[in-house]
Amino acid sequence: MIRTSETMYKYLRPDKEFPHVWCPGCGIGIVMGALVRAIERTGFTKDEIVLVSGIGCSGRMSTYLDFNTLHTTHGRALSFATGIKLANPKLNIIVVMGDGDATAIGGNHLIHSCRRNIDLTALVVNNNIYGMTGGQYSPTTPMEHKASTAQYGSIEKPFDICKLVEACGASFVARSTTYHSKMLDALLSRGIAKKGFSVVEAMSQCPVQYGRRNKKGSPVDMMMWYKDNAISNPAFKKIPPGEIGEQFPVGILVDLDEPDYLERYSQIVKNAGGDRL
Amino acid sequence: MKKHKDLVLHGNEACAMGALAAGMRFFAGYPITPSTEIAEFLSVELPKVGGTFIQMEDEISSMGAIIGASLAGVKSLTATSGPGFSLMQENLGYASMAEIPCVLVNVMRGGPSTGMPTRPSQGDVMQSRWGTHGPHPIIVLSPQSVLECYTLTIHAFNLAEKYRSPVIMLIDGIVGHMWENIQLPEKIEVIDRPEPTVPPDWYNPYDNLPGGEIVPLVPFGEGYRYHVTGMVHDKSGFPTLVNEEVEQCLDKLIYKIKNNLHDIIRIEEYMLEDADICIVAHGSVARSAREAVNIARSEGLKAGMLRPITLWPFPRFHLENISKRVKLFVVPEMNYGQVYGEVLKSCPKRAVRVTRVDGELITPAQIMEKIEGAAL
Repeated sequence: MIRTSETMYKYLRPDKEFPHVWCPGCGIGIVMGALVRAIERTGFTKDEIVLVSGIGCSGRMSTYLDFNTLHTTHGRALSFATGIKLANPKLNIIVVMGDGDATAIGGNHLIHSCRRNIDLTALVVNNNIYGMTGGQYSPTTPMEHKASTAQYGSIEKPFDICKLVEACGASFVARSTTYHSKMLDALLSRGIAKKGFSVVEAMSQCPVQYGRRNKKGSPVDMMMWYKDNAISNPAFKKIPPGEIGEQFPVGILVDLDEPDYLERYSQIVKNAGGDRL
Repeated sequence: MKKHKDLVLHGNEACAMGALAAGMRFFAGYPITPSTEIAEFLSVELPKVGGTFIQMEDEISSMGAIIGASLAGVKSLTATSGPGFSLMQENLGYASMAEIPCVLVNVMRGGPSTGMPTRPSQGDVMQSRWGTHGPHPIIVLSPQSVLECYTLTIHAFNLAEKYRSPVIMLIDGIVGHMWENIQLPEKIEVIDRPEPTVPPDWYNPYDNLPGGEIVPLVPFGEGYRYHVTGMVHDKSGFPTLVNEEVEQCLDKLIYKIKNNLHDIIRIEEYMLEDADICIVAHGSVARSAREAVNIARSEGLKAGMLRPITLWPFPRFHLENISKRVKLFVVPEMNYGQVYGEVLKSCPKRAVRVTRVDGELITPAQIMEKIEGAAL
């Protein structure tokens, strides 16, 4: 416990913007803790890391952490990150987005970042709702669940973020939850170390905007739901399709070794007679 | 890049070559007529100099990518037209707010909406000034020739770096697609990003320095860890809602341009010394206006031309001075009168407009008709 706090403190900007904006019981702080531990484990210095975020509750993470930080426009974090990475490939870039940020307004950038296999790590904090604007339904709000703009229940089929990015060609895809925070930091450090486009989905409770409307109980109850329904990927694959209820797979879902965008682009530069970092 | 001194180029190509000469090494864009030649040219040339070319999934991400690249220390460019320019507006505002140097080329086509993809226009004069929401600074340049596409693009990068601001090259489709025989200038001035003058612990990327001096933007990764946001921020870059800090942040954005109008604004005066009639025209229309001045003079009418090379900030003081001498302003534009409105604001004198929105050139004869009909 003490060790975690010391690590956390090392990476926080204690004189800036605290207390934070997150509600009591919110999972984003747990995700931020996991991210800090993951970065600590990779051994990169603060100066080598760029933390890019979008807009929304998760977007505020970039304000609190002591890296090169960029708080972008809603949905566009990956495009800013693409520019930074290509301009300076030596930097390690982590992009934090929410579910609405990454898969609704930023969906186009997400699928094309996967397709390009650009060497970024996308951390998608999925709380199944637009929290900051007051609980509107997002592309990951489950069917029939309520939101401030879906008072009669959502009638839209939700995205499975991991399946989406797998289909679009991401090199590394993994999922964990705020209950499995140790697994989350392990997956994040794998994602950061991975060359190519990595996506780590962190399922995170929003007790105030999502849980309350949908009678999910306390923040602890919501985390216990993750505990009860998260199943390791190999075990999940053995469940007959007809028997899958609310369970979902966690752990590494995709891990491919493919040339990333920069490797391919460097070849073009070389062929054109140019010189590059 | 071609090394010849004598070149036959079109405006878009000259613009791309100017960007390379200015040290631009990152281009992100999305195909759209009539600007696409810029992307095509740079997709060939940038790899040769170790730069980055990327075709993004849309114009929104193109603008985002050039902001990111600029933050990593590389001079960056995007190019678009009409609808793409509309899509870039949100991130253009971000670049203004976060004070990120970058250059955006908008080769104007007929609008609104999809409009006339293959016909030119000057319909984005106001959008280039006010397209993004909220109070923000912007610098907009308008070339009238292929040579100016080259020289003004270099100038655009210099202004972007000097004032830490996005700069827009507003080119009408005629100038963008026009071929001319030009000689590139032997010497050009290139302004690069200055080094920081303070150690990391003292660095405030949005500080208000005495005399309005602009804080150098240190690239990410050089040991100066700071925060960049599109939110209203204090001098260190972190979001603030403290009234005085909000006012300081927004005032600084406006005044860094307003206090340097003498350096930023470029105009051309043509036969204005003794003129009774002043034609105000920019871009391709200025070429017709120049000819109209010549015709008017041959008919004994004392006409002259003011050509705003810098469209925004608008050369209001120049107009006010000229308005003391002339009796009539004639404002020909390929829109319904966007610069005309600015002329009216600047000068309480008589002003008439010559408009054309069908995607055809404004001819000298059309301008002459207005001059002759005005009966001084």
